[in-house]
Amino acid sequence: MIRALALCALVAALLTGTAAAAPSPSDLEAELVCPVCGTTLDQSDAPIAQRMKRYIRERLAAGATEKQIKAELVDQFGPGVLAEPPKSGFDLLAWLVPLAVLVAGAVGVGLIAWGWSRRRGGDDTDDAPVALDPELERRVDAELRRYDS
Amino acid sequence: MTGNVQRVGQVIAIAGVATLLGLLVWKVAFDNEQGAADKLAKGELVHAPAFSLDRLDRDGTLSLADLKGKPLVVNFWASWCGPCKDEAPVLQQTYQRYRDQGLVVLGVDVKDFREDARRFMRRYGITYPVVYDGKGSTIGRWGIQGYPETFFVDRTGKLVGERIAGAVDIERNREAFERGIALALGDQS
Repeated sequence: MIRALALCALVAALLTGTAAAAPSPSDLEAELVCPVCGTTLDQSDAPIAQRMKRYIRERLAAGATEKQIKAELVDQFGPGVLAEPPKSGFDLLAWLVPLAVLVAGAVGVGLIAWGWSRRRGGDDTDDAPVALDPELERRVDAELRRYDS
Repeated sequence: MTGNVQRVGQVIAIAGVATLLGLLVWKVAFDNEQGAADKLAKGELVHAPAFSLDRLDRDGTLSLADLKGKPLVVNFWASWCGPCKDEAPVLQQTYQRYRDQGLVVLGVDVKDFREDARRFMRRYGITYPVVYDGKGSTIGRWGIQGYPETFFVDRTGKLVGERIAGAVDIERNREAFERGIALALGDQS
């Protein structure tokens, strides 16, 4: 158990370290959209896309972080320049709605399955042995005794 | 109980389908909204779509309402656009030539870096007012399809003449450019 926890901590540390490392221009080019052609910068050769790529390289060389560069480009071109919607404000809905639909779907499937299992459980009670009328039971016992003798 | 669950499921499913249908209808209706350029091309009477944007030639904002009563040449451009470089001297000359008659050339710098735009203005000696629309908020309502594009607005705020797509005052559109200026100034001859 301790080994497993240590392994998890190591993996988490490695992942965090990777995320904190300086981004490459190609990382950012895949996360930003050309405002004229609508494709990501790495897919575009439009003049404004080329200018934005140059801007990214210049800012990275000057020590700017990924977050700073994105904020600067959003200031110039608006939030539409981000390939993924931001995880804040109204745009958070773009992330939450699919998740909510997924959860609602899972709950719906669970409810339907629960309903079916209950109905099947109800059917099983129909198959349970029915208590015989005492008179009928007495006669069956008598017949069985006669048959045995 | 099972019946209730089924009914709730049906209601949710119907509501989901109705929502998606509503979104589809809204999207189709929204996409059919025409820009001013399309209406102008059909000969419809159309007023210049309003905007209020930050200025690049000085501090502050400038709205179309601030220029009410003035004939305008509204030019949509960007510093990264090749034909915009060709037409910049022509627009500056036009501004200087007709300024005394009240004509204003108004540049709208679209989807561009502010500093690139200012460098462009210095390089071509642009002195007419220029506003910055980095987000492209004017594109849909004006019906801009490429850069540069130029419109003419008369003193009442109506679009006149024809929209010029591409650099102005070249052989292909010199007549339309001069006619647009004349119509904006109110010269019907």
